[in-house]
Amino acid sequence: MAKELWKGNEAIAEAAIKAGCKYFFGYPITPQNEIPEYMALKLPQEGGCFLQAESEVAAINMVYGAAGAGARVMTSSSSPGISLKQEGISYIAGAELPCVIVNIVRGGPGLGSIQPAQSDYFQATKGGGHGDYRMIVLAPASVQEAVDLVQEAFDIADQYRNPVMVMGDGMIGQMMEPVEFVEIPKRQLPEKDWATTGLRGRKEHNVINSLYIEASQCDKHNEDLFAKYAKMEETEIRCEEYNLEGAEIVFAAYGTVARIVKNAIKSLEKEGIKAGLIRPITLWPFPKANFLKAADMPNVKAFLSVEMSMGQMVEDVELSVKGKKPVYFYGKAGGAIPTPKAIVEEAKKILGGAK
Amino acid sequence: MENDKRIRIITGHYGSGKTEFAVNYTLTLAEKGYNTAIVDLDIVNPYFRSREMEPMFEEKGVRVISSSIKGLAGDLPALSPEIYTILEDKSYEAVIDVGGDKAGATALGRFYNRIDKDECDMFFVLNANRHLTGDKQNAIRYLKSIEQGSRQKVTALINNTHLCGETKIEDIMKGQDLCLQVSQELGLPIKYTVVHKGLADYLPNNICGEIFPIDIFMKKPWEME
Repeated sequence: MAKELWKGNEAIAEAAIKAGCKYFFGYPITPQNEIPEYMALKLPQEGGCFLQAESEVAAINMVYGAAGAGARVMTSSSSPGISLKQEGISYIAGAELPCVIVNIVRGGPGLGSIQPAQSDYFQATKGGGHGDYRMIVLAPASVQEAVDLVQEAFDIADQYRNPVMVMGDGMIGQMMEPVEFVEIPKRQLPEKDWATTGLRGRKEHNVINSLYIEASQCDKHNEDLFAKYAKMEETEIRCEEYNLEGAEIVFAAYGTVARIVKNAIKSLEKEGIKAGLIRPITLWPFPKANFLKAADMPNVKAFLSVEMSMGQMVEDVELSVKGKKPVYFYGKAGGAIPTPKAIVEEAKKILGGAK
Repeated sequence: MENDKRIRIITGHYGSGKTEFAVNYTLTLAEKGYNTAIVDLDIVNPYFRSREMEPMFEEKGVRVISSSIKGLAGDLPALSPEIYTILEDKSYEAVIDVGGDKAGATALGRFYNRIDKDECDMFFVLNANRHLTGDKQNAIRYLKSIEQGSRQKVTALINNTHLCGETKIEDIMKGQDLCLQVSQELGLPIKYTVVHKGLADYLPNNICGEIFPIDIFMKKPWEME
């Protein structure tokens, strides 16, 4: 298939349909509106169902229901709407149901702004809802990567019976880029023999539930969940390493910010300063080992996390680096975007101080 | 472009590159010394709108008319009454950049009885690489929906088939094929073929309409210094 020009949000919706998503429940919010708009147009043509719920809370609970019945289901929203969905996400994680949640992040807190941001990192990776749970969080840096990751997200969700979040900043949703829809590698997926699809000759009902009233049973449930999360950490970590060889400073950046950082790296190179980048593609599980390995490289003097937030991922970078090298932060929040020039200045300031 | 009517309404699917065309067209008018104004009627897209070019336009003496709520990077459909200025003050050569779908075109529809048809061209910018306008049937359907929303008739087609930084001559020619099909079906002329300045010299001789070389102004943050 030849490349076409797609707007990020439309492409995400089309990718979901290509991955077999049949149900979408959502509620409008900028800057992700083209996702429900596209789903409303296309899902009925595919024999699926689009439903604009009365609220985000209703939408995520419809996702819970459809996922429990074994369907491929997705919802999308932007920051304030994702906050509203947190209770449902915790229930879905607790009941071990597969679904895909797209967050096209905008400036916060509160209503914030409609411009791009990355300030939902904590919420996505540290459990925005209650209880001990984990969710794989995929962070695309281009529309093409968004298309690939959304398709894979459905498989990952089914493989682990777990919600998967695709998190892009507003730019991922709003920008136009050339895209090619290619089939993603097939995973061996388990039967959904737990789904509530009727007895069909079986004696026992399948029950979808996250209530374990006995403490010992709930403890066991948590132990089982964390055994599953450990497996995810073992197999699902993904990141891109760029220009690390001989780098004096290593940037940490994800999503579109990583592309701005790459631009800054080229500018630094022209000034004779070698810089590299570690770009987490999974924000959870976090590529700790990649950072630790870089921290052990003698050429690396410092790390600089660049984010469209007041400093969130930087904490995971610090934990990963284990104090071996200093970790710095530079960011813009509320919808403002760091410029390559400012990133270059920041890096030079740090290296100047380290010498 | 001197043959175009005083008010140029630029429509097309979002992603067709209509804003990039509108911005370039406006700057060319200003450079030729005309009293130029651009109206950003895009209430559909929250990002990448022509009003973001306001400081550059002001430097070139172009009047920018957008939201009545100044300085707001919002998505509120707050149209400025200033729009009437360019409709009534005939000293202006004006460009109206319209939102990229039927809902966006509706913002223009509200002015339909104030727009003098004899003074007005409505261009439909077509990008054959956009999935919703990739073939004749879909392109015409889209064009008609924009006519419906805006209550205006398209007067000419513009081939702006591109793939952002990956555009090849073949893309432009693919767009020309599509424009020719739409042109035949609807009896509309192809007014311009838009091409990035770096590619203009490589175009073949059989290009429809005037060649309109452009610079890219609507840059993504990693395309800037």
